[in-house]
Order: sequence, then structure tokens, then C-alpha cells
Amino acid sequence: MCLAVPGKILSIEGSDPLLRSGKVDFSGIVKVINLAYVPEAQVGDYVLVHVGFAINTIDEGEARQVFEYLRQMGELAELEENGEKEVK
Amino acid sequence: MKFIDEYREGEAAQRYARMIHRLAKREWTIMEVCGGQTHSIVKFGIDELLPKQITLVHGPGCPVCVTPLELIEKAIEIASRPGVIFCSFGDMLRVPGNSKDLLSVKAEGGDVRIVYSPLDALRLARENPERQVVFFAVGFETTAPANAMAVFQAHQQQVKNFSILVSHVLVPPAMEAILSSASNRVQGFLAAGHVCTVMGYEEYEPIAKKYHVPIVVTGFEPLDILQGIYMCIRQLEEGRAEVENQYRRAVQRPGNTVAQNLIQKVFRVVHRKWRGVGQINHSGLGLQDLFADFDAERRFGVADQTFEESPECISGLVLQGVKKPFECSAFGSRCTPEHPLGATMVSSEGACAAYYRYRRIRPEESSIPRQKVEAHEA
Repeated sequence: MCLAVPGKILSIEGSDPLLRSGKVDFSGIVKVINLAYVPEAQVGDYVLVHVGFAINTIDEGEARQVFEYLRQMGELAELEENGEKEVK
Repeated sequence: MKFIDEYREGEAAQRYARMIHRLAKREWTIMEVCGGQTHSIVKFGIDELLPKQITLVHGPGCPVCVTPLELIEKAIEIASRPGVIFCSFGDMLRVPGNSKDLLSVKAEGGDVRIVYSPLDALRLARENPERQVVFFAVGFETTAPANAMAVFQAHQQQVKNFSILVSHVLVPPAMEAILSSASNRVQGFLAAGHVCTVMGYEEYEPIAKKYHVPIVVTGFEPLDILQGIYMCIRQLEEGRAEVENQYRRAVQRPGNTVAQNLIQKVFRVVHRKWRGVGQINHSGLGLQDLFADFDAERRFGVADQTFEESPECISGLVLQGVKKPFECSAFGSRCTPEHPLGATMVSSEGACAAYYRYRRIRPEESSIPRQKVEAHEA
């Protein structure tokens, strides 16, 4: 029910902030989406869409953190394991 | 698909699973709040990647499941009236009320339509000025901005034949109800990512502190969930109880303040009954007085009735993480998605329906190992 799907903004229209909408591409399927809640979003941005509304712009800078965290924690775990071995 | 496929990468999932195995020293019970997360966990077999001392229990975050029988009956009554176009998200149509479901109303000649967005229902109202168009406004905080916008636009544009039947529920009061229950076994939460996209996560901070429980705002893809579990166990092992954000690409601490402003304009906090759980104070949204004309209950004067749930159904205990679907004697026999006895079997995001779909046999009866996380599963 709370499913939200990422899509790329292709175009934006409407000057009334409440009616601001745009064409959003979901890997080939294009739908008109209300953009009133993402006033900062521009053409080319990825937005998270729920029941016809963009509820946030996807932060591309943060999008890799799930892999970055994995790398950091993995290195930390290896350091700890090596540390344990040295103590022994 | 960008921002989806990469979070289903099998090798990274296995690495997270190995890290969790190394990290978890004691037994911990963690609840994922949202039904979308439950669905992902069961579908991708994420729980089966975890060490046996980690138990995942499934939370009440399925608005279709927790919509009370009384409101389903009101929907059926309104949808059956001549001259009404009754609009709903598709998954509400098969939810059984006391006597029948909305799909049967449609089969009997009622004008029941599935819409993608509440704005589609508003458009139908503008196109059919001689008909009454009602939208079944079900959902958590994630859906509230969309429903608020439909009502706000109807008000601005004076669309007088539009109304909504409100069944809006809120996550934090349900988490508090679970934590303050005597039978609670939840020690850490994965909070619902998209609810926090809208609302932010400041309101979880006092809950984490008061109940000394870690809360990790978590996304919906397998790697999101595995990272969320890792972060939660890490806090538990270190004795911390903080709110952390795993889903940073979609959630900021204050949330979407533009959306929150419109929600507050259109809705106010009310007490709500949750199917399978009962009344939770301050746990839902109702329309503000200024928008009361758009309240379908008021417009159609549908009476309050009380219905009893099947005494055999343990969905209340499943929704609160006290029992697992397999622990119910009716599961998969007298209770199936086609003939559900209660809340957690009625929607694909309910814990019982997810288990039924992906794991029909009890774990101890399984002789074939289940498929593990697949890289590009649809």
C-alpha cells in the first residue's frame, strides 16, 4: 500500500504550485504525476512516486550509501578479526 | 530499473547476511512495521538469511488489513446506492466486510471503480456532475498528501459531488500501543521508509528514548532491509536506543514539510479503530471542520454498527508481533486469501497472506530449500 516507485522527470508544466505536474518515466512507462510536493524537482531528477504524487526527490548522492556502509562495515569487521588474531 | 535493481544484488545481500551473522551475539526480536517490508522479507527469503537468534516479527503497517469491518460495511452501503460512483484502490475491493465485499457490489450492478490516484476520482466527479463520486481514502501517512490534495482541490474548485470515506491511520501511535502492551516482545523496529519520507522521523525520537528501543528508518528493497536489520542489531548489541536512518536517499529528518502543511490543513488527528487490534487513541486522521462537507460518512448518513471478528482469527496477535502466521490452526486451511477470516490474510501485504503466497508449508515440513535472494527478481 505504501509502495512508491522511482521515476525520472521528463517535463514539467503548470504555474499554479498546487497543480504543478509533469511527465515521469518509469523505465519506459510514462505517466503524468503531480509535482506539488517536490517544488525543488527539475527535469532529469528522479522522484519517488506514490498514488500519482511525487513525495520526494531521490538524493543521488545518498543512493550509494547502502554499498558504502557495507564496504566500511566489512573493512571494520576484517580489522577487528585481524586484531583478535594478533592478540592471540 | 534505476534505484531498484541495484538494491537486489545477490552478492551484496550475502555479504550483509554474513556481517549480521558475525555481529549478532544474543537473541533479538525485531519488528518491521510496514506491510511492504513484510512482503519483501517473505518474498526474497530475507528472514532465512539471518542467524537463528534473530527473529523478525511483522507489524501492523498494512492499511488495507487494519481498516475495520465497520468501515468496509459503510463502503459497501454507500457503493450500493444508486447514482454513486465508488472509487477505490484495487486492493480494497476483495476485503470482506460482514456480509460481502466491494467486488460483489460491482457484480450486482454497483458502479465501483478502481483508480490509481485520488485525483482520478476527483476528475470523475468533475466529468459526472449529476453523480456522487466517493473515494475510499485508506492509508498511512504516505497516502495522506494525495488524499489531502484531492479534498483541497475539490474545495477550491467547488466540486460539490465529491467526497471521501476516510480510513487514515498513523504509525507512531500503533508502535507505542505495541511497546506498552504487557505481551510485547519487540526489542527493535525497522520504521516504515515511505511514511518517514512524508513525516520525517523526529516523532520517533521520544519513542526510542521512552521505551529504550532502537528504531531504524528502513527502505523496501532487500539490501535496504538487510542494512536496516544490521543497524538495528548493532544498536541492540551496543545497548543503544536511537533513531537511525538507513533510507537516506528518500528520507530526511524533517520529512516533506510542503506535504505536511497540506495534511494539517485538511486533516486532524482522531481516535481510530484498527481491525484485529481495537481502538488506538489519536491513531488516525479525520477531516477538519472546514472540509467536513467532503466527508462521505456525513454526506450519506451511514449509521455506525459494530461487528464481531471470527473468534478463530489471531490476526490481532500477528499484527502486534506476538504470534506468527504458522501458529494459527486456521492458517492455509479455513483461512486463505480467497476466504480470509481476518485482517492479516485480506491483503497481499498482510503477514498471513505473504506467508500463504510464498511459504505455503510450515518450515519444519519443508524438504526443499527455498530460493534465496535473486538478483533481478521482478
